[in-house]
Amino acid sequence: MIYLELFLHFLKIGAVSFGGGYGMISLIRETVLENGWLTENEFLSFIAVSESTPGPLAVNMATFIGSSQGGVAGSFFATLGVILPSFIIIFIIAALIGNLLKYAGVEAFLSGVRPCVAALVLGTAFTMGLRSFFHVGNITDTVIINHREILIFILLAGIGFLFKKFKKKNLSPVIMFLIAAVLGVMLNLS
Amino acid sequence: MNKILMLFLTFLKIGAFTFGGGYAMIALLQNEFVEKKKWITKEDFFNMTAIAESTPGPVAINSATYIGYRVAGFRGAAASTLAVCIPSFVIIYLISIYFDTFLSFRYVNYAFQGIQVCVVYLILKAGLQMLKEIPKNPLNIILFTAVSGSMVLFSLLAVSFSSVFYIIICGAAGVFVFLLKKLVRKGDAA
Repeated sequence: MIYLELFLHFLKIGAVSFGGGYGMISLIRETVLENGWLTENEFLSFIAVSESTPGPLAVNMATFIGSSQGGVAGSFFATLGVILPSFIIIFIIAALIGNLLKYAGVEAFLSGVRPCVAALVLGTAFTMGLRSFFHVGNITDTVIINHREILIFILLAGIGFLFKKFKKKNLSPVIMFLIAAVLGVMLNLS
Repeated sequence: MNKILMLFLTFLKIGAFTFGGGYAMIALLQNEFVEKKKWITKEDFFNMTAIAESTPGPVAINSATYIGYRVAGFRGAAASTLAVCIPSFVIIYLISIYFDTFLSFRYVNYAFQGIQVCVVYLILKAGLQMLKEIPKNPLNIILFTAVSGSMVLFSLLAVSFSSVFYIIICGAAGVFVFLLKKLVRKGDAA
């Protein structure tokens, strides 16, 4: 049953996604690609939408996938699934435990999770890059160099770097998306 | 106005205007609940941010549940969590209905080719930032290298290995090292 499936998949995402923001990107990506819910390109496009609208990526992704797989009820169950673990865990902490971090075991567990999450995010970025720049999904694929994507990446990285250097802060993601959109259109027309 | 309704409306507002993820929201929450309404002490608020960041799930959901509970018990937690989700649920649901049509316009499609590259860039940057913040001790270096290496390798070999396992294994490694250190210290003392 699709509702139960959505609920359980997003329950899993909600239960183990440490690190906030892009911390949960690898698990979300695996889940939507392996179930055939989105292609890699659709996934990337949706991340941009999610970043440009309010709400956390995991919750937005649950609502979006839920809707595409099972309409409004699908959205509801997927979103409920992703929220429930947080709700239960925080409720228990607030009601019973108080200061969770005073337990040395918790800090020890997190000390192992932190480098893992950084690795998962970078590993995901790397595999995504291989696929969109060189068309390599797995070892058997022949390398096709996508000049246009590589050029856009270099330009964006350059703009980001210069802005950071002169303004001493990061360009907001939404502005970056706008610049990237203009570059995408321009390079397709030229 | 009763507190539960107040919580509901405040979190509805926060849910609708929090662009840029959980950390932008922390400042907004502090302003609302610590400075304006004085429902939560500064100390409890800092305790909450530490908990929200070190438990699974989006920071937005975690802090809504925690603050809701502190202010008005279980019903406060439920009302706050529900409210913080409603705006993004509605927005993303509406987007999900029209997204495919929207992407099928030629220029939009071109624009999204650029935007997809931008998302890869942002994820890479987020990952590098996480990596920078991790102390460079032997455990972290080993876990980071092992996870990122095997993740890229498995993905190239098309072997599916869920991120959930990486997180659990690394968390366990953190606890193991912690216990080992404790044992050694005890051995030294004896």
